[in-house]
Amino acid sequence: MTFLGDVLVLARKDLLLELRSRDTVPAMLLFVVSTLVVFHFALPSDASATAETGLLWVALLFTALLGLVRAFVAEREERILDGLVLAPCDRSAIWLGKVIGVMAFLVAAEVVALPAYALFFRPVGWELVAAVALADVGLAAVGTLLAAMAAAGRARELLLPLLFLPLVIPIVVGGVGASATDDPGRYLAFLGLYDAVFAILSWASFEYVVTE
Amino acid sequence: MNTSLRNNQNVVLAAAAGCLLLAGTALAFYWVPNAPIEGFRQRIFYFHVPIALTAYACFGWAAWKALRLLWTRERRYDLESYTAVHMGVIFGILTLVTGSIWARTSWGHWWVWGSRQLVLFLVLFLFYAAYFMLRYSVEPGPRRANMSAVYALFGVALIPISFLAIRLAEDLVHPVVFTHDVQSKLTGSQLLTFLVCLVGMLSLAGSLYVNELTGKRLDARLRELREALQ
Repeated sequence: MTFLGDVLVLARKDLLLELRSRDTVPAMLLFVVSTLVVFHFALPSDASATAETGLLWVALLFTALLGLVRAFVAEREERILDGLVLAPCDRSAIWLGKVIGVMAFLVAAEVVALPAYALFFRPVGWELVAAVALADVGLAAVGTLLAAMAAAGRARELLLPLLFLPLVIPIVVGGVGASATDDPGRYLAFLGLYDAVFAILSWASFEYVVTE
Repeated sequence: MNTSLRNNQNVVLAAAAGCLLLAGTALAFYWVPNAPIEGFRQRIFYFHVPIALTAYACFGWAAWKALRLLWTRERRYDLESYTAVHMGVIFGILTLVTGSIWARTSWGHWWVWGSRQLVLFLVLFLFYAAYFMLRYSVEPGPRRANMSAVYALFGVALIPISFLAIRLAEDLVHPVVFTHDVQSKLTGSQLLTFLVCLVGMLSLAGSLYVNELTGKRLDARLRELREALQ
């Protein structure tokens, strides 16, 4: 099988699993909407646009975290990862397949989150949509690698946020900058740079995380 | 032969660090003239900046050892990379402390979000503190060594990206950039004092690194022997 074929099969497995069990995506949807409602009450009534977009990004980040904590649950509980590592395919295909799955969940959450944000706070411009799309790539790429690391540890649910948050601070800067300033181009370019650097790094290093 | 050479090397490093740091302190306090605007308090520059550069050097060294580990799969690099991160975190905390003192004397606040170096070191501190969490949470073995190495490599990619992000965020959140009164061109005496302090700090880090590595190796060896006995 080709590399792309492997990736598609693995991504399809994750999506099918989610379609049948419906563990993760409904939780992410509910979480992101409730966070937005909580933020409405946390903000003063005359909050600036920067504050509101900033809080949207925080909500998206924690929603992604919620999905990532669940990303390797099936692999761990059913010991699938050992089998996948033994399978005659490139190990980075496992990473890419998982990234596609995580991104699909994230996009599903955002399809609800952005209209909800527009409804509760302020209209959503193209810059915000572009920034969210770029950020998804980075969040999924880095998050999947770190989730695979955290899944090997004892305190997984605790460990993943600690590993994840310092690494994604640049995404928050790029995302808030792209959606709250007059000059989104620079920030979008920065998000693209982040995606490229960390996607390549994660792609190249995933093999070492799952093998001995 | 090998061990005695190692011990000597460490003694030399420690002695060099002691002499250079003493000399650097004396130069910084008694020889260098006061800076034009900041005056006496600018002298913390001779400690703060060398400490920060040493921390970067440690993180870079850790990443280099991590790369060697992934490349050659030799297990000894794991401990070396871990020790380098350990030293880097210690010097990183010192950078935060000295930077905070400098911020207090220059701008009147212990913490200033407009100071790029301080914010960068806070991010790095959080990142590398999680490195320890990762190591303590995973069972010892080749897989943990690989993961730690990958994480250490991510660190050196994060340094420039975070620096860029912090510069971008300045336009966003706080348009006022705080800069210290450090001339872009140091005068001769300033440069000499700075270099003496920098080399002193680097040899201090090197000496601590060698010491800590010896201890960690001994610990690992002891554990192996204990397991063999059981």
